[in-house]
This record gives sequence, structure tokens and C-alpha cells, in this order.
Amino acid sequence: MRHADPLIELDSITKHFGEGEARVDALRGVSLTIAPGEVVGLLGPSGSGKTTLLNIIGCILEPSSGRMRLDGELLFDGRWQRADLRRLRLDKIGFIFQAHNLMPFLDAHDNVALVLHLAGQSGAEAAARADELLDYLQVGHRRRAMPASLSGGEAQRVAIARALANRPRIILADEPTAALDSERAGIVMDLLRRLAREQEAAIVVVTHDEKIFPRLDRMFMLRDGRLVDGGARP
Amino acid sequence: MSLAWRDIRHNFGRFLLTCVGLSLLLGVVLSMIGIYRGLVEDALALVRGLGVDVWVVEADTRGPFAESSRIPGDSREAVARIRGVAAAGAITLQTVETLHGGRQLRLQLVGYQLGRPGGPASIAVGRGIARAHFELVADASSGLQPGELLRLGRDVYRVVGLTRGQVASGGDPVAFLTLRDAQALQFELAPPSARRERARGADPAASDTVNAVVARVSAHVAPTAVAADIRRWKHLQAMTQADQELLLTRSVVDRARKQIGLFTVILMMVSAVIIALIIYTMTMDKVREIATLKLIGAPDRTIVGLIVQQALALGLIGLGLGTALIFLVKDWFPRRVILSVEDAIALTAVVLVVCVLASGLGVRLALRIDPATALGS
Ligand SMILES: Nc1ncnc2c1ncn2[C@@H]1O[C@H](COP(=O)(O)OP(=O)(O)OP(=O)(O)O)[C@@H](O)[C@H]1O
Ligand SMILES: [Mg+2]
Repeated sequence: MRHADPLIELDSITKHFGEGEARVDALRGVSLTIAPGEVVGLLGPSGSGKTTLLNIIGCILEPSSGRMRLDGELLFDGRWQRADLRRLRLDKIGFIFQAHNLMPFLDAHDNVALVLHLAGQSGAEAAARADELLDYLQVGHRRRAMPASLSGGEAQRVAIARALANRPRIILADEPTAALDSERAGIVMDLLRRLAREQEAAIVVVTHDEKIFPRLDRMFMLRDGRLVDGGARP
Repeated sequence: MSLAWRDIRHNFGRFLLTCVGLSLLLGVVLSMIGIYRGLVEDALALVRGLGVDVWVVEADTRGPFAESSRIPGDSREAVARIRGVAAAGAITLQTVETLHGGRQLRLQLVGYQLGRPGGPASIAVGRGIARAHFELVADASSGLQPGELLRLGRDVYRVVGLTRGQVASGGDPVAFLTLRDAQALQFELAPPSARRERARGADPAASDTVNAVVARVSAHVAPTAVAADIRRWKHLQAMTQADQELLLTRSVVDRARKQIGLFTVILMMVSAVIIALIIYTMTMDKVREIATLKLIGAPDRTIVGLIVQQALALGLIGLGLGTALIFLVKDWFPRRVILSVEDAIALTAVVLVVCVLASGLGVRLALRIDPATALGS
């Protein structure tokens, strides 16, 4: 563990859907902290609340109660503390999806440049940064390929390049290796580890994939909306 | 980087096909407007083509087009003597149907006095009428050619010249001939009936009847003043060119305008619904992309822009193709279709507004998409 300030701090976060008979308690008081440079896994049986927790950290789902701090900023304390959560996501959070979720109508390069444009970078600046990222992820030679013509591994690496474009400090990944074979999955995980170190980022990976456990710094085990294993080393 | 344009380019074939479909619809809207303009233009073509200032017709009538009018031929002399009248001419109007080249030909005949107002304002091909009898100047839309012979009643006429754009309000081509010839055709009876009428003691001089007297006023004289004088002194109805045009527009065109106007509005509504459905479907196809955009932090403005820009592109390209299409086929319409720049601009504005409104449904859908849906598999 590092001694830097934590990037992600959750304190007694709960989340329930519906009321009365239909009430589902998806999270029943989750507290955790994740430091810069860490790659942590979020594990648990189906329906245990993994995606719910990831959505809350990603600021696309409002918790029912509790407190959340990201990068030192108090974002949730019974209610959202900030209005423009989208801008926060654009600047601070990178998402990596199970399916790559690239824009099918933009080529690899422009998929990456898009988030830079959205963040307000000029054309030339964004283009250079996109090229740099694609080279870094070793898909530079495919920069003008459309997503449909990329292999699964290539598409996932372009998606990672997009997630990294704005140098987010928090990267959230839901089953990022589900669509990849074990060799490719290993490469992607090694890459994420390297990123966490180099960019001082916190990476949260939801996964069922036992093959990648050895590449995680810590693992959080969820069961019925509670953490049963508060961050053991694998 | 325009997301709207990139997405269009990615599915270009499909988008273009959609535009072509829409273009047919918008082309019909445009042609309806063009047909209406053509109708108005045709209705006024004859009245305007004579280039006169004052129309004198039978008292208490709104002739000679909206109602029938008969006045004595010597009314012309009376009108010519009114102060401010520079020239006056008597005219007759009648519709004839004759067989020419094996097909039925309908003509609006205008009989006029050579050298006086009431004749063709300009001759496009050939020459004007020079002889007192049996010469004809026809509109090119009749299909007649200079030099051709045409039987009207008991006589054969020679076509000596052609005019352009001279049609009656019903669309029939106009043909000019001398007043005497026209009167013979209209009022003189075939010999057996004429003998019978004479036997009854009817006055043969009554055949000097005309339908109207048209006049040009001198410079710096108001046609309204001349018309008022004629009404006051001659017990004849007189109206200015502007009155006559208004009368024709009201009587002949008004119902057609309402009919076509209503139809155009219905077509625009149909277009709006179709555009809305297309945009909605296009948005439905992009739910995952839109959720992803929201998730990675794109502002609503980017997402609304994507949808509205595509709606506008659809409308404009559809309208452009539709306009080109109607432009190519307009001359095959049986009656005149007039495409004016003003109408095209007005329709463009309407289409733009409709597109923005129609994309509302798609925008609503897009703004409701939960960014979390991007995370699912
Ligand atoms: N929008 C929602 N409305 C109602 N219930 C929900 C909603 N989202 C999640 N749930 C419920 O909350 C619980 C946790 O769901 P969640 O998706 O977080 O599980 P998960 O651990 O990601 O499962 P899996 O491994 O199958 O993806 C489940 O019981 C689920 O049915
Ligand atoms: Mg899940």
C-alpha cells in the first residue's frame, strides 16, 4: 500500500431499488478506500451488487445513503454535492466496457480523439494525443480502421486508449476481459497495471475471470450487497 | 468533428435511400405549390397579356371573364371620347372546339380590332395579323405552327404567328383573330337560321355586339378616375386592370387556392410525422452509442446536436432532391407548374422548422437514455 491520499473513499454506501414488497437492497453499507496506483478486483456471485457499486463510483447511479469522495472531493453525502457530474466523468473517470462500446461510425483514431474534443482540446492537440495513445497500446497501425473491422483485442485496446485519453485518475472496468482469450486478457491486465503505476490511477475491475486474479493488487468480495472480504491480497 | 455527419457517412446508402423517399414527398409538396402558382398565372395570363388599363363591360356585370357581358360595338367610340383615354378597342371572347390534325383542339378566341388595344402584346414566332380576314395568331401551347390552316365554323384560317404563355383561366390556349371574323363566328347564324330570323324581322345590325371594350389611358391619368367617369356617364360597368385581376383571382382561383392550400398543409403534416418517425428510429438504433456518450461525459448539447443535425440534413437533402426531381419533370405536367425561388425558400424554412420539431421525439428518447445501459453487455 502507498501512503498517498486515497482516490476512492466509500463510507457506508447503501443502494436499494423499489419500495415495499418490491424492495431490493443491492448494497447494504459498503465502505472501502482505494489508493492511487492500485488495481483492485470486485468479485461476487451474480446479483451481489458489483455493477451497482461500479455505477455508483462512476457517478451514474445515485446511492440511497452514505458518503463518497473521489480524488479528495466530497461528491455524495446523502445527496449529490455537485451538479455537473458529466464533466466530472469526462475529466476524472475512464470507463472500459465488456463490449468495447466504440462509436461504430468513427475510426479508431477518432474514437479516441472524440473524448479529447469533448474535454475541449483543439483538433491538432487531440489528434497528436490520440496517435500517441494508440501507439502506446500498440494499435497505432490500425488508427484508420473502423471498429467493425478490428479484432476483439484491438478493439478493446482502442477502448482502453479512449478511457485513458483525458488522463483520468479513476478507471472503472466491467468485465473488461470477458470477450478476450486468456493471452489477450493477460496483456490487457498487464497494461492496466502499468497504467495504474505510471499515471497514479486507481483501477477497479469487476470480474469473474480467475485467470486475472494474480494480476490484481487487492480483491473485494461482495455477497448480498455486503463486502465479505475487505480487500484481501489474492 | 461532426458526429452527425460521421454517422450519416457510415450508413450512407441507407441514409440516402431515406432521403430519396422523403424527397418524393417533399417534391409533391413543392409541385402542389407550383401547380397553384401556375393556376394563378394562367388565370391572369390573358387579362395581363392584353396590356390594358381599363375594362368596360355590360352594366351590372362582372364580365367579361367572371360573368358574360354583351355591349353594342359602338360603345368603343363612346369610351374613346372619354377624357384621359388614349386608345380603346372592342373585343370578343369565345371558346371554340375544332378538329385539328385528328385531335380535338380547344381554343379561347379573342377577337380584336387591328391597331387598337386588345390584341397580342407580343409575337414570339411569325408575325401579327395583317389582313382583315382569316388570319390567326395562336398560342404556342396549342401546338399550332405558323403557316398551318385551321377550320373554324364555316371558314378556314391561316396561322400567321405564335404567342407564348397566353392561356385562358381554364388552361385553354388563346388564339387572336380580327373582331369582324370573331363576330361572324360568334353571332352570325348559319344561312338557314339567318333566313328564318330575317323572316321574323330581326335586325341584322344587332350582330355588331362585343363582349368588352378595353382602353389604355394617357400618361399621368389614373385608371380609377377614367373608370369612374365611364361608369357615371355611359351606363356601362368599368373597372381597372387591378380590379379585373382581383376579380379573376377571387372568382376563379380562390377555391383552388383553398383546396390546394389544405392539401399542402396535410402533406406537410404527413411529412412531419414521417420525419419524426425516421428520426426516432435512427435514435433507437443508436441507444447504446448515446448511452456511451453520456457515460463518458458528453454534454446533452452534443447528443441533441447529433439528432437535430441529422434531422436537418435529412430534410434539406430530401428537399434538394425533391426540388431537382420536380424541376426535371415539371414540363410534363398537363398544366403549368411554376417553381419560384421565393416558394422554394419559404418551403425550406418550413421544412427546417418541421425537422427541428419532428426531432423532438428522438431528442426526448435520447435524453431519457440511462448512461448505465452502456455498461451492460
Ligand atoms: N435498476 C434496477 N432496478 C431494480 N433492481 C435492480 C436494478 N439494478 C440492479 N438491481 C438488483 O440489484 C441487485 C444487484 O445487481 P447488480 O447488477 O449490481 O449485480 P451484479 O453483481 O453486477 O450481478 P452480475 O454478476 O449478474 O452482473 C440484483 O438483485 C439486481 O436484481
Ligand atoms: Mg453486473
